[in-house]
Amino acid sequence: MSATEAKIKISGVTRKYSIRRNTEEEKKEFTALQDVELNVKPGEFLTIVGPSGCGKSTLLDLMAGLAVPTEGELFIDGKKITGPALDRGIVMQGYALFPWRTVRRNVEFGLEIKKVPKKDRKAISDRYLELVGLSGYGDRYPYELSGGMKQRVAIARALAYDPEVLLMDEPFAAVDAQTRETLQDELLQIWERTGKTIVFVTHSIDEAVALADRVVVMSPNPGRVREIVPVSLPRPRRVGDVQSTADFSWIRHRVWELLQGETAAVKPAPQQAPVQAPLELAEQLSSSAAL
Amino acid sequence: MPEIDNEILLRTYPMNYIHPKAKGKKTPVLSILKAVAEKSAVMLLILSAWEALPRLGLVDPFLLPPFSDAVGSLVRLFQSGEMFRHIAKSLERSGLGFLAAVAFSIPVGTFMGWNKRIERIADPLLQVCRNTSTLALYPVFILFFGLGETSKIAIILWGTVWPILLNTISGVKEADPLLIKSARSMGISRIGLFTKVVWPMATPSILTGLRLSAATAILMLVAAEMLGADRGLGFMIFYYQERYAIPEMFGGIIFIAVLGVLINFLLVRLESRMTRWKERIVKG
Ligand SMILES: Nc1ncnc2c1ncn2[C@@H]1O[C@H](COP(=O)(O)OP(=O)(O)OP(=O)(O)O)[C@@H](O)[C@H]1O
Ligand SMILES: [Mg+2]
Repeated sequence: MSATEAKIKISGVTRKYSIRRNTEEEKKEFTALQDVELNVKPGEFLTIVGPSGCGKSTLLDLMAGLAVPTEGELFIDGKKITGPALDRGIVMQGYALFPWRTVRRNVEFGLEIKKVPKKDRKAISDRYLELVGLSGYGDRYPYELSGGMKQRVAIARALAYDPEVLLMDEPFAAVDAQTRETLQDELLQIWERTGKTIVFVTHSIDEAVALADRVVVMSPNPGRVREIVPVSLPRPRRVGDVQSTADFSWIRHRVWELLQGETAAVKPAPQQAPVQAPLELAEQLSSSAAL
Repeated sequence: MPEIDNEILLRTYPMNYIHPKAKGKKTPVLSILKAVAEKSAVMLLILSAWEALPRLGLVDPFLLPPFSDAVGSLVRLFQSGEMFRHIAKSLERSGLGFLAAVAFSIPVGTFMGWNKRIERIADPLLQVCRNTSTLALYPVFILFFGLGETSKIAIILWGTVWPILLNTISGVKEADPLLIKSARSMGISRIGLFTKVVWPMATPSILTGLRLSAATAILMLVAAEMLGADRGLGFMIFYYQERYAIPEMFGGIIFIAVLGVLINFLLVRLESRMTRWKERIVKG
């Protein structure tokens, strides 16, 4: 069985939603994912990009065991995924913090479920709050935090119960550029240190390439895996450094092309791309590709 | 964490942010006094009218004795110790009815809020029941349970069960699916899902229901103790009314009103304390 070589094996997965129209009779089916084949390797950092509505969150839900596939199967360590468990942690789109719990008790939520004794919980939550730079904020309520801080609490909560696989759905979408870069670097460090398997959904091509070992590009209607782009940039990485390399620009452009629905043959970008600010570069690339 | 991170914390956290706890202290004494004056103005006006109209002979003082006379009778009822017997009995009845309502409504409301299908089916029935006047059902209760304690507690139960039930249902029904999903992703047990997620989320709504019901439990006393009682605040009011001891009757009414306001006040305090996280979200 090749299933044992993959941390998560997604095999022939189709997911349909039945959408109810006004009358109960008229049930329509909507195919969110169609025949998805994907292997997530152990210890891999996999990112997923694709236009809105192409089924990225649906795919994460399936991996988390929060939804069941209409057809096909998913495996973790060769065992079929039948429901959620603490070996997979999910950071969902939107922070999903419990507003009646303080920051600390949010981070401890998974530990309570795991029945970790109270004093150990305290030590663990301290450690992860420090990791995400929120040491002094344990007694605050979520409403007293900024968006970026909430995001970090959600990440700390997922990390705290120490899942082998971390599923993250646009976790840095709501933070400013600087905070985002700090968080990206922190995440890379955590990943390098702990050897977790990370599946990371994002709308940002830069983010997807900067973080990933491989970028999964999805296409919509119905959601499919269009192509998987390997990212052979050196490790360990710092997001700020890696983004100014020529290799990065090439891979970034390749992903961008795939998302535009263009064929792989078109490659008009200049060979010696000068080191520029990412935004300018992006503009240049997109205008040249449009020709 | 390195210094850079603190910098970001400062940046992402507005500098002009005032911690909510600090706000209360800044309220000037003058504005508190003003608020108190505003709130009591109408009360004082009505009580003065109540005092003045009978004294000036504009209203028959036998039917409406001056406010001070009613209060005086109430004080005398307390001094003689009679009042305490009534209070004890009434609180016992209200308390039992209320507790029975809680014991029924929270589990059933949770079940119905969780199973949307059942809720849809039962909703019309609930609306009919809720809007059926308790007084209209009193004869039915007497028919079924006689004139004893059972029918008195049953009528209080009927009045108190609906606010809690409906508020529990809506609280559970409106529980944020994202948070439920988030908890499920961590492999939470079915029981844990209710105790750790659904109930805390529904707490503000359930507490509102409890407060409305507690107030109703006091209001219902007058009706519940109208017939076949020999003690209780409601009984007392009817007893003195029949004997044309009008100041005592009003004394009893004043006491029930004060008791209702007091219980409501305490529960509002409890509610805002327990749902601090929610209030701040709404009020900003
Ligand atoms: N519960 C549901 N019922 C019906 N349709 C759904 C449901 N959840 C998702 N869909 C549909 O499935 C498709 C994929 O949704 P999904 O949330 O996975 O997209 P996504 O790729 O995560 O999009 P975004 O980038 O906007 O988050 C969408 O077209 C959406 O309308
Ligand atoms: Mg999504």
